[in-house]
Amino acid sequence: MNTTFVGTGRLVRSMLQEDRMRLLVWALLLSGFAAYAALVLPRVFGADGLQARAAVMAEPAGAMMAGPGYGLDDYTIGALMANEMLGLLAVAVAIMSLLLVVRHTRGDEEAGRTELLRAAPLGRHAQLAAALTVLLVANAVVGTLLSAALLAAGLGAADSWAFGAAVAAVGLVFGGIAATTAQLSSHARAASGMAGAVLGAAYVLRAVGDAQERGGSALSWASPIGWAQQMRLFVDLRWWPLLLLVALAVAGAALGYALEARRDVGAGLLPDRRGRVRATAAGRTLVGLTLRLERGRITWWAVGLFVFGALTGSIAGPMAETMASQPQLLAVLGVDPTDEEAMANLVSEAMGAFLKFFAMAVAVYGLAATHRLRSDEAGGRAELALAAAVPRARWAGAPLLVHLGASLLLLVVAGAGLGLGASSEIGAAAVGEFALAALAYGPLLACWVAAAMLLYGLGWSSVPLWALLIVVFVVGMYGPLFELPQAVLDVEPFGMIDALALAGPGDGDATPLAVGAGTAVVLAVAGLALFRRRDLRL
Amino acid sequence: MEPIIEVDGLVKNFGAVRALDGLRLRVEPGEVHGFLGPNGAGKSTALRVLLGLLRADAGTARLFGSDPWRDAVALHRRLAYVPGDVTLWPKLTGGEAIDLLGFLRGGVDEARRAELLERFQLDPTRKGRTYSKGNRQKVALVAALASDVDLLVLDEPTSGLDPLMELVFQDAVRQAADRGTAVLLSSHILAEVEALCSRVTIIRDGRDVQTGSLAELRRLTRSTVLLDADVPAAEIQALPGVHGLTADAGRLRFTVDDGAMGTVVGALAGREVRTLTATPPSLEELFVHHYGNGDGHGDGDGSGTGGGGPARTKAAHRA
Ligand SMILES: Nc1ncnc2c1ncn2[C@@H]1O[C@H](COP(=O)(O)OP(=O)(O)OP(=O)(O)O)[C@@H](O)[C@H]1O
Ligand SMILES: [Mg+2]
Repeated sequence: MNTTFVGTGRLVRSMLQEDRMRLLVWALLLSGFAAYAALVLPRVFGADGLQARAAVMAEPAGAMMAGPGYGLDDYTIGALMANEMLGLLAVAVAIMSLLLVVRHTRGDEEAGRTELLRAAPLGRHAQLAAALTVLLVANAVVGTLLSAALLAAGLGAADSWAFGAAVAAVGLVFGGIAATTAQLSSHARAASGMAGAVLGAAYVLRAVGDAQERGGSALSWASPIGWAQQMRLFVDLRWWPLLLLVALAVAGAALGYALEARRDVGAGLLPDRRGRVRATAAGRTLVGLTLRLERGRITWWAVGLFVFGALTGSIAGPMAETMASQPQLLAVLGVDPTDEEAMANLVSEAMGAFLKFFAMAVAVYGLAATHRLRSDEAGGRAELALAAAVPRARWAGAPLLVHLGASLLLLVVAGAGLGLGASSEIGAAAVGEFALAALAYGPLLACWVAAAMLLYGLGWSSVPLWALLIVVFVVGMYGPLFELPQAVLDVEPFGMIDALALAGPGDGDATPLAVGAGTAVVLAVAGLALFRRRDLRL
Repeated sequence: MEPIIEVDGLVKNFGAVRALDGLRLRVEPGEVHGFLGPNGAGKSTALRVLLGLLRADAGTARLFGSDPWRDAVALHRRLAYVPGDVTLWPKLTGGEAIDLLGFLRGGVDEARRAELLERFQLDPTRKGRTYSKGNRQKVALVAALASDVDLLVLDEPTSGLDPLMELVFQDAVRQAADRGTAVLLSSHILAEVEALCSRVTIIRDGRDVQTGSLAELRRLTRSTVLLDADVPAAEIQALPGVHGLTADAGRLRFTVDDGAMGTVVGALAGREVRTLTATPPSLEELFVHHYGNGDGHGDGDGSGTGGGGPARTKAAHRA
């Protein structure tokens, strides 16, 4: 036997032991979600509702969010699962997979555990081989449970199995890609960031490709997620795209092995660059420091939101037209078909809904406000800095300020992107108008950032807040579709802000803005005060 | 003059773990004070309480006469800290990190910064993530030693340094002490403690078991005696202050409490003595003794009693 793999089995066992809870949670959540959707959606929609939904998915905007649109003419629940849910599940499993591989390879290596391991009788490739074996197990489990969920919901056997296999194969692909990126950078975060960027690109490619052409264009075929969707599950099943996925997964893993053989333990293949000898004036302050560290992330967010905003804005016109002819779809926009004024401004109404979606996306950025603080505290940088003459409120306040400012900037950028996309439909003034309108979400975003600070001050995890954001997103975007009670829709915070009216002739209600700003201040002050009062976690 | 650090009855719990249990510690102005104890004794915890990073559960801690928790920021302008495990900002170079830490503290001495970089042979252009453990440690050391402060708090600051750099470090600390800076140095490196510290405090299980100058501590433990003389073993064994006697081909080996040596010598008066060597305890023995066996909580009564635990016996046999 090749000695470079010695010890793999032992490592696999310990990794599985470490991961079993995490794996179980992923598998149960995803298969539970699939089973729920497959069982409940047909009851909620009925055959007519499904067909109406198909009309939305036939539009470019629908296709972007969902898939290439096979089976729209006779939109069964199976076709819906393949068209709308397959992509989402594939992304989720891809994230699970790339994190898994990076955690067990570069993550361990960066933490110095690999050095310990390799000093023991372990082959050079044992760790990567073990991580990939665990990847295989994880995806097999998730895929099987997904298939089982669909079978349990009464869907066809062959297509159900193909569904699970497709999702698992996408997971393997991104696990394989992560095996490669883990060799490139000497940092786990950078490695998962790179693999995540490939995933993002894959999603955007298929989104644009599917929006361009029913059944997907060449761009859809440039994306592994597109390949899974091109299996035409529950419509006209073909297996061969699965081979593409498996081939790419194997190629990624093989490249990972090849690169690993060419580098030292702990080193990355991408060079670490030299830098300045002295800090700039800005680098001697905490806000300057945070800006410096956050700069890259803010830029990527801004570019992404602007591009995605422009794409979305450009399809608002055609989408509004379809909706006008399909009154039952107006619920998506929350428009009453008897309201003549609203009907006349359907484009604006659609844009308002998109703006809300982008504000929620920016909230994702805002919620990350305390991530840097948390890792600085756990890593010991907070200890180093707070032992210098830095008040705690200033240490924690700097990232708070930066994330607040960046959130406002991202809102404006997303609004401007949307306006630019829609300018062919509603005039060039839209750029400024939407940029301004987006700012109406500023106080609400400040609340999210400040709430993250409150949890940090308490020394709690930020998971509850992420869960809340997901609930708010589902209620805000899909609440009307699911016909949730009005009382629930009314407490969804993003829905309380009528951004376009506020930016327009001035007939919007500004009260939620003032309340939001006030709440944000209270939450932030409380968070900072609590942080001042607690032990540093060391 | 008031002491720079004055800690009394300090208690700190982490859940069920009592990390500090009535610690006393006193550091006078200008003194280089060694802070010693086995792993998990509570040294780092004590330093973090003194830095206002952790809040004490009971007892008093005074730094320059003020409360380290309440007045943390004002106090930190007068001190610099080097943790045992330095993590830097991955994206900042060493030079940038030194500047940042220096300015957060209120400025660095430019000439000294340049000199220290030179002496520690630290390349300030590398990114934080690319430094080795020792080099990360050097970044924190340069930042701390380049500041004009009244107190240096150093928590195992040389755990990653090579022997040459260790000497540079000792030199730099001595210079700081010459400027009048007080130093609280937690360390496991006994040679370093012996070279630098005028006084030491030994802690175990969260409480101080011994404090004093090294000479004083030496006096509190026993010397090892090798004796080849015309005297029955039983006679020596019966003397007060003699412990752990073994006989080997007519030669006796035993340990003697400090101050009891006179009795032994007295008992030998008029006998034929072929060999008599008395070795004072080495620093290592001293620590092994206190780490493994010091159960007293007070000045002086924790030593010499109890006849030597297992650790003591082992050390004696090695000598
Ligand atoms: N944040 C924490 N949470 C829980 N327990 C802790 C924490 N910090 C320290 N402890 C515990 O408190 C005790 C003292 O730890 P401390 O780090 O102060 O020891 P130390 O003397 O610095 O040891 P070493 O020589 O290994 O650095 C140990 O039992 C440790 O496990
Ligand atoms: Mg320690």
